Amino acid sequence: MPPPLVPLNDVDARQRVRISQIQGGHDLTARLCAMGLTPGASVDVIATGGGPMILDVLGSRLMLGRGMAAKVLVRVTGEAPDK
Amino acid sequence: MPNFSNQDGTTPGPITVALAGNPNSGKTTVFNALTGARQHVGNYPGVTVEKKEGTCRHDGLEMKIVDLPGTYSLTAYSIEELVARDFIIGEGPDVVVDIIDASNIERNLYLAVQIMELGAPLVLAFNMSDVAERRGLQFDLPLLEQLLGARIVPMVGNRGIGREELLDAAVEIAQSGVCSQPSRIDYGEEIEEELATLTQLICQSDTAPIGAPNRWVALKLLEGDTELHEQIHDPALLAAAERSVQHLENVLGDTPEALIADRRYGFISGACQETVRSTVESRHSRSDRIDSVVTNRMLGLPIFALLMFAVFQLTFTLGAPPMGWIEAGFEWLAGTINGWWPAQSDSLLRSLLVDGIIGGVGGVVVFLPNILLLFLAIAILEDSGYMARAAFIMDRLMHKIGLHGKSFVPMLIGFGCSVPAIMATRTLESRKDRLTTMLVVPLMSCGARLPIYILIIAAFFPEKALFSVFGMEVTTHAMWMMLIYVIGMVLAIFCAKLLKATVLRGETPPFVMELPPYRMPTVKSVSVHMWNRGGMYLKKAGTIILGISILLWAMQQWPGLPTDQAGRFENQRAMIEARPADHPEAKELLLANVDHAEAEAALKQSLMGRVGHGLAPVLRPCGFDWKISTAMIGAFAAKEVFVAQMGIVYSLGEGADERSEPLRTKLQANYTPLQGFCIMLFCLISAPCMATIAITRRESNSWRWALFQLGGLTVLAWILTTAVYQIGRLFA
Repeated sequence: MPPPLVPLNDVDARQRVRISQIQGGHDLTARLCAMGLTPGASVDVIATGGGPMILDVLGSRLMLGRGMAAKVLVRVTGEAPDK
Repeated sequence: MPNFSNQDGTTPGPITVALAGNPNSGKTTVFNALTGARQHVGNYPGVTVEKKEGTCRHDGLEMKIVDLPGTYSLTAYSIEELVARDFIIGEGPDVVVDIIDASNIERNLYLAVQIMELGAPLVLAFNMSDVAERRGLQFDLPLLEQLLGARIVPMVGNRGIGREELLDAAVEIAQSGVCSQPSRIDYGEEIEEELATLTQLICQSDTAPIGAPNRWVALKLLEGDTELHEQIHDPALLAAAERSVQHLENVLGDTPEALIADRRYGFISGACQETVRSTVESRHSRSDRIDSVVTNRMLGLPIFALLMFAVFQLTFTLGAPPMGWIEAGFEWLAGTINGWWPAQSDSLLRSLLVDGIIGGVGGVVVFLPNILLLFLAIAILEDSGYMARAAFIMDRLMHKIGLHGKSFVPMLIGFGCSVPAIMATRTLESRKDRLTTMLVVPLMSCGARLPIYILIIAAFFPEKALFSVFGMEVTTHAMWMMLIYVIGMVLAIFCAKLLKATVLRGETPPFVMELPPYRMPTVKSVSVHMWNRGGMYLKKAGTIILGISILLWAMQQWPGLPTDQAGRFENQRAMIEARPADHPEAKELLLANVDHAEAEAALKQSLMGRVGHGLAPVLRPCGFDWKISTAMIGAFAAKEVFVAQMGIVYSLGEGADERSEPLRTKLQANYTPLQGFCIMLFCLISAPCMATIAITRRESNSWRWALFQLGGLTVLAWILTTAVYQIGRLFA
C-alpha cells in the first residue's frame, strides 16, 4: 500500500517526498512546474519552521511559502540522505 | 517560421545576440564580460522591464548583445518571461545564447529546451564551469551537444574564460542559419497525437501568424497559455484545443501543463544521466552549513539586523572624507567663478551660476559617495546570495502585514533611492502586493533625505558618545538617525497593513523563490552594479535637479523689489555711509543689517516667497514658518533640495549644504529642537519627490495610484507632524 497523500507543509524536515498533485490554478501550477516542482518529481525537505519551507529540488534550494506548500499533495517516500 | 534573419550569412549590420538564462546563472556577469563598458540600459517598449544592450567587436564583426530578463521558463505568467519570449519570436535575434549554471544544469536546461522549441538558433554557455569541476561534475560535452542539438561552450564568466570561444560559436551559428529542431522532445503517444491534430489545424487556419513554429503554438495551446489564446482569433482552433485539453485530462489524469513540464524534465534528466558524472557531494553542503546559522529561527533576525547596521555605519563613516573633497571642489569652483566678476557685483549671470547651478547641483553631487557605498553594499548582498535569505528571514514578519518576504527586497533598496526600489517591485507577481509595496516604499528613508537629517540633527541635538562597537563610536547623533529611520519603517508596516486591509485587500500570493548557493561576489560585477546605479543618481543631478535649481532660482529672483522699496534701502545705506567714520565696525554691522533686511524683503516679494507664504498658514500647525514652507516646495522637486533651499531663504546663498556652519547657526537661532524634529518627520513622510511620483505612475500604469501616494502620504505627514508639534509644545 502506498503511503498516504499529505499536504507538503505537513512534512517534517529531512524527509524525501514524491509530488503527486498540485491543487491550484494555471498560474500556480505553471510557476511550480517551471521551478521543477512537477507531479512525479522527487523532493527533499531541508528545513521547516514558522516561515517558508526550504526544499531541495533538482539540486537547488527552493523557498516555498506555507500557503503554497499546502496546495502541493505529496507522498513521503523515505528519509532524505544527509547533505 | 520565426523571421530569424541572415539565412545567407551575408547580413549587413551587426549580429544580434540575445542572452537568455535563469536568475542566478551568472548572466549579468557574462553580459559584462562580453560588452565591457559598452552598455546601454533602457526599457522594453510598453513594459517596465529593464532592457540592457551592449555592443562588442569580434573578428571584425559588429555584434549587438541584448540581455533578456532572467527567467526560469517562457510562460505568459510574468512580464519578464513574456518579454523574453516576445523578443525571441518578434525580433528574431541571429542567435540566442542561453547561460547555463554548469553546476545546476538540470534546472537550467528547462529554459534551454523551451528556446529550442521556439526554433531559435541556440548556443549554450556552460557558465561557472570551474565551480562545477570543483564540485566533481564531469560532462561528456560532445554527446550532450548531440542529444540537445545545440552547441555548448564551457566558460567562466567572471574571469572572462571562454569569452572568445563563445563569440566564435555565436558567430558561426548566426551565420550558418542553423535553427534548433523544435521536435526533439517526445511528449508520449497521447500528447503527440493531440499536438499533431492541432499543428494540422494551425497550418490550415487563417489566424494571424504568430511567428513561431506551429508545434510550439500547439504546445502552448495545450498548456493553456493565456497570451496566445488572445492572439488567436480562430474559434474553431480554440475549441479544438479545449477538446484536446479535456481529453488529455481524462486519459492521463493530470493537467496538460504539468504533464508537458514533466516530460521536459524527463528529457533533460535522460540526457544528463548519459552525459554527466558526479563524483563528489552535493554542491550545497557549504551553503547549507551557512544557512543553518544564517536562516536559523533564533539567530536569523539578529544577524540580519546586525548586517543592516553595519551597512549603514560603513556607508556614513567611509563616505565622509570623499564628501569633504567634493564639497571643497565645488567651493573652489564657486570661488573661481565669483572671481570673474568685480566684488559686490549684482550680475544676474553670476548669481545664476553660483547660487542657482553650483549651489543646487553641488548640494546633490556631494552626496554621491554615500549613494555609491550604499549601492555597493546592496550589490554585495545581492551577488553573495544573502538577499534571498533576507527575504526568507523577513517572510514571517512580512506575512503579518499581509505581504511576503519578497516585498522586503524593494523596501531595502528604498533606503538607497525610491526610484530603483519601485522598479524592483516587479519581482512580485500579485498586482495588489506590488501596489502596496510601491505605495509604502517612499517611507523608507531614501538617501536624498539624509542631508536633511544630517543638517537638522547636527544643528539641534548635542553630540555625545554613547558606547562603541568594533571600535566604532556610536553617538547620540547615530541614535537620532536610527530613530528617524525606524519611524519610517514602522509607518511603512502600518500603512501596508492598512492598505492590505482596505483598498488592496486580497489573498497573500504564492511564494516560491530559489535560494542560490552562496558565492564570493566579484569586484567587477559589484562595481558595475554600483556604477550603473550611481550613474542614475548623477543623471538625476544633471537633469532634473539642474532644471529645478534654475527654476527655483528664477522663482526667487522675480519679481524683484519695486523701485520705491529698493530706493528706500538705498537711502538707508546712503544715510549710514554719510555718518562720521569714528565707529567703522558699527557701520559695517548696520550696513549688513540693511542688506539682510533687503534680501528678506526681496524674497518675500518673489514668486517663491509668495507661494511659501500661501502655504504657511496650512503648515503652521506643524510648527513651520513661511521659510520652511518655501524650502518644502524645493523638497518636492527632490528631497535634498530642501537643504540648499534653506540656505537661500536665509540669504546664505553660496551653496549652503548640510555641513554648513552658518546655516546651522541660523537654524538654532530661529527654531527649537522640536521644530527641527518636525522638519525631519515631515520630510520623511510627506510627498515623495517628483521622480518617485513619476515612476509610480509608470510602474502602476495609472495616475490614480501615483496621486493617491502623493496625497495620502502628504496628509499623513501633516497629521503626524501636527500631532507631534502640538503635543511636544505642551511639554516644552
